[in-house]
Amino acid sequence: MATMIVRSTETLPIRAEADVVMVRQKARAVATEAGLGLVDVTKLVTATSELARNALIYGGGGTALIESLQDGIRKGVRLTFEDQGPGIPDIEKAMTDGYTSGSGMGLGLSGAKRLSNDFSIHSVVGQGTRVMIARWK
Amino acid sequence: MIGGEAGKMALYQAVLDNEKALLDEWVKEQIGAFSRQGAIRETELRQQCETFLRLFVQAIRDGNTTDLRTPEWEAVLRFLSDVSSSRGEQGFSPSETATFVFSFKRPLFTALGKAHQDDGKALADAVWEATAILDRLGLHTMDVYLKTRETIIARQQEDMLELSTPVVSLAEGILALPVIGTLDSARTQVVMESLLQRIVETGSTQAIIDITGVPTVDTLVAQHLLKTVTAARLMGADCLISGIRPQIAQTIVHLGVELGNVTTKATLASAFAVALDRQGMKIVRSKPQA
Ligand SMILES: Nc1ncnc2c1ncn2[C@@H]1O[C@H](COP(=O)(O)OP(=O)(O)O)[C@@H](O)[C@H]1O
Ligand SMILES: [Mg+2]
Repeated sequence: MATMIVRSTETLPIRAEADVVMVRQKARAVATEAGLGLVDVTKLVTATSELARNALIYGGGGTALIESLQDGIRKGVRLTFEDQGPGIPDIEKAMTDGYTSGSGMGLGLSGAKRLSNDFSIHSVVGQGTRVMIARWK
Repeated sequence: MIGGEAGKMALYQAVLDNEKALLDEWVKEQIGAFSRQGAIRETELRQQCETFLRLFVQAIRDGNTTDLRTPEWEAVLRFLSDVSSSRGEQGFSPSETATFVFSFKRPLFTALGKAHQDDGKALADAVWEATAILDRLGLHTMDVYLKTRETIIARQQEDMLELSTPVVSLAEGILALPVIGTLDSARTQVVMESLLQRIVETGSTQAIIDITGVPTVDTLVAQHLLKTVTAARLMGADCLISGIRPQIAQTIVHLGVELGNVTTKATLASAFAVALDRQGMKIVRSKPQA
């Protein structure tokens, strides 16, 4: 397997609603620069919006790591959202369409997974949550 | 203690004795520091410097130089606040604003050097004293500058909230709301409320929400849109959502959002045609096509 190269990396804070907008804009710029098409960029940015807002609302704020990747001839973008919030007790339930513990539509996590090529979630109750997504050209 | 009463008196005397030269040098220093030509008029700048010098001398003479929060310094601080906030209003950069106070150092130190050519100790005292005061005055101008900029930004944000919610009437009974920009929570509230209010005011029965200018439609935006549609329906108006670009349509589907029984159209024009039809109206050509 070809080794994967990280072409660029940037960490942004998620502390307020305006930061969610910033992370989205940055994700859009990096994805466009990586050569992703309009549909792929839109999907990635929308998933980004969901996960950044989850980190803000449920995680009490966190960070977004944006990486531009090159895997052989494939180019892609990977985003990692991290927070030190309460964590998710039942990930399967949280990933269910329509489930929300707040007042959302309950489609953020499951939708973000459908909108991404790669998706992984890791959460420890009392410690926090990390969600990683990637979209490839 | 370094400085102290001796430093203070030396400073006072040096400024008093060299007022004219200080003023000339100081103005020259600042004109040089402005990168933008004509950013400030020399006559205006000179006047500001004159006023500052006058108040500064008075404060040193009457006041104590270790605490600038005393009444003697009030006039100096107030004047600097005015200079600073007016520069902030006019879009001066932070350094262009801070320059006013900090550029006074060199001419002042030169004057002090002349006055104390033979007395190293007195010179050191006076320079120390002057530095301590000017640094604090400089920080004060920055505080005021930042507050001014923050106020401007807050005001602009409010302007944006209002500006970006133009509910327009397209025909009798038909309203349109072209939403442009991010539909974050604060703004969405304002946007949606203004639409509902106009529905009531005009008695409209068709409302078109055009989201051509909304870059991202996520579940929060969808939720806001659906809530508005429901509220509008309760007020007797049918909503249409237009401006759903192909990439947004695909994304919404993957997200799993269902817009249910809301009529959606790709363009505002096609949504308008539907609304007209529902109102029993149509657009006809009045002259044959050229
Ligand atoms: N970062 C997080 N920290 C803690 N809980 C989370 C986090 N992200 C999601 N959750 C939980 O998962 C649920 C589902 O999330 P999501 O699918 O985005 O729907 P919604 O945001 O509408 O509630 C949330 O209601 C919340 O309970
Ligand atoms: Mg969510």
